[in-house]
Formats: sequence, structure tokens, C-alpha cells
Amino acid sequence: MVAGTDKLPVGAHYGLRDWLSQRVTAIVITLYTILVLGIVLWNGGIDYATWKAVLADGAFRVATFLFMVALLWHAWVGVRNILMDYAKPAGVRLVLEIVVICALVAYGGWTIAILWGHP
Amino acid sequence: MPAADRPAARPRPVYLNLFAIRQPLPAIVSILHRISGALLFAVGIPLLLWGVQRSLASPEAYAATIAPFTTPIGKLVLLVLGWCYVYHLFAGLRHLALDLHVGIRLAPARASAALVLVASIVVALIIAVRLW
Repeated sequence: MVAGTDKLPVGAHYGLRDWLSQRVTAIVITLYTILVLGIVLWNGGIDYATWKAVLADGAFRVATFLFMVALLWHAWVGVRNILMDYAKPAGVRLVLEIVVICALVAYGGWTIAILWGHP
Repeated sequence: MPAADRPAARPRPVYLNLFAIRQPLPAIVSILHRISGALLFAVGIPLLLWGVQRSLASPEAYAATIAPFTTPIGKLVLLVLGWCYVYHLFAGLRHLALDLHVGIRLAPARASAALVLVASIVVALIIAVRLW
């Protein structure tokens, strides 16, 4: 390491950040899955009235929003890994990554519209 | 030993045709983890959002949303996506265990790979029985 520089010589650390966020989001997704499974089993199945009531609950809406944020983030890390492995030309990869980011951000907006866009 | 004394190297295959190599079970579990994740992203998330939004509008819309998934093709789509979700979840839990150095040695890692496959197939069978 060159004396007098405060630059880290070991890269941008986004590998560790992606690795960790993939695992944290996976745990959030797993917990929400158990929650939904529990709600379905508790109600002995789901019909329209139950479905509507479950999604009208404020706490469940917040939990669903957190789940979707975790899911979209998780999908980004996973799809980006796939693109890094198979989409070799940098231009193609960049275009595909932009398409994926646009889709994920749109899904996030769609989620908010579904959860809070109607009474 | 000096290079001249070494026995002649056996010819080695220099291609990497993945379909010509016998893949170990953990490798199969790994690629299925990737394929199931890609399917969940490409089909699962938009279908989930579309379905939830449409089904909340009215009892009629709820019934209309469910209707396509009572056809054989619709059931097959649900079964495949259901398997993808459960398989991806189980394979992911296996990854978390490996990260914690649980079952990191070869024999338990192979056993847990088999367990992921078998458990996901069992859940898929339960889903299939519920659907049909």
C-alpha cells in the first residue's frame, strides 16, 4: 500500500454487501411466508371476504410492503448475478440491467398502489 | 522430478460441455436454485401483483381472477411456480446453513442437497393434490 493514501486497496465491497443483503432479505421473505401460511391455515382457507379483511389490516399492509421490498431487492441481487455470468458483452449486460431495474422499481410502485391505493 | 523423466501426460478433454459432464447432486441443486429464482422473477412477481390487484376489486373480480387457475394449464402454472417458490426457499435455507458452517463437509452437503430436492417434491405433490 502506498504511504500517505487513505484509499482501501481491496475493492468496492459491494460483493460483501450483496452477499449479506441477499441473506437478510431471504430471512424477511421466509418470515413473511410463514406469516401468510399461518393466516391461511388459521382461517381454514381463504375466500373473498377473508382476503379483503386480511389486506385491509394496517399491520399486514406494512408487513406486505416490507416483504415486497425484500423480495425486489433479493431479485435484483440474484438477477444481477445471473447477468454477470451469462450476459458477457458489457453493453448488452448494461441494457438488461437497466430493464431489470426499471421493472423492479415499477413493481415497487405497483405494490404501493395495491396496498394503499384503495380503501 | 525433471521434465524429461515424467510420464507422458494423458490426453485430457479440453471442452467444457456441461451436458457431457456428470454433475454431482449439489451442482444440480445449485443450478435449479438459479433457474427457479429466474422463473420467480420473470413470471412469479408480475403474476402475483396482477392477481392480488385484480382479486381485491370485487367478489366477481376475485372469482374471475381464480377462474383461469382452475383449468389444467392454469393448475400446471401454479404447480410449477409453487415448486419454484418452495424449492428456492429450501435451497436458500440450505445455503444459510452452509454459511454458518453447518453441514459444510462433503457427505452432509450431499445429503442436504438430496433433502432439498426430496422435500420440495413432497410439497409439490401436496400442492398438486390440493389443485386436482
